[in-house]
Amino acid sequence: MAIEVNGTSYETDEEGYLTDLSQWNKDIANKMAEAEDAELTSNHWEVISFLREYYEEYQIAPAVRVLTKAIGKKLGKDKGNSKYLYELFPYGPAKQACKYAGLPKPTGCV
Amino acid sequence: MATKKFMYVNRKAPYGTVYALESLEVVLIGAAFEQDVSVAFMDDGVYQLVKGQKTDGIGMKNFSPTYAALGDYEVTKIYVDKDSMKERNLSLDDLQHLVWEDEDEDYAEKNSIKLVSRDELAKILDEQDVLLNF
Repeated sequence: MAIEVNGTSYETDEEGYLTDLSQWNKDIANKMAEAEDAELTSNHWEVISFLREYYEEYQIAPAVRVLTKAIGKKLGKDKGNSKYLYELFPYGPAKQACKYAGLPKPTGCV
Repeated sequence: MATKKFMYVNRKAPYGTVYALESLEVVLIGAAFEQDVSVAFMDDGVYQLVKGQKTDGIGMKNFSPTYAALGDYEVTKIYVDKDSMKERNLSLDDLQHLVWEDEDEDYAEKNSIKLVSRDELAKILDEQDVLLNF
């Protein structure tokens, strides 16, 4: 599979996750969101950049429980809860946000 | 479901076989089930925790940074066999500094790695409900 953004084609796996995370850019994230009828706000971007930083440091996409806790620590308890994160990413915060962030699917996520 | 004591025992060098990476992935997946999880490193397995790993030359992904995420997954008990370290001329300073944050104490950082003797490790192994060897 592939996703076409600004005239360039980017390879993805069968679930739409970017194959090469170094190719990621914001336009790709917007395009992926558009395909799922979502619009990315600054609250979404906050989570997406958090995930990219987490991956950069630990080389994994965090499980949702870990993400929730870490967001709570970094951005405050009002954001570090599953209600807030599921409102932003209704298909599953780890799963959907990781996809937009250009990361692989979180380990242990089915 | 009652909580069981799970221990993952790592005995092999990080690269060359897929055991170390597989073990790490299983630990992370297993951590989601809220069991009492601990991890042990012995024999060549102690090399998995050595800091400053570079894998460019062997064309494999360096997954060692992921051990630092174990604390986030609430895996806070990491036992390293003292004798295996000694046999390989390694000291605690050669290993990554792994910590976990205690939420109940305002995220105070606590050490996860505990050096244990073979006797101590044998005792800990004996206390487990489930042992997984890699």
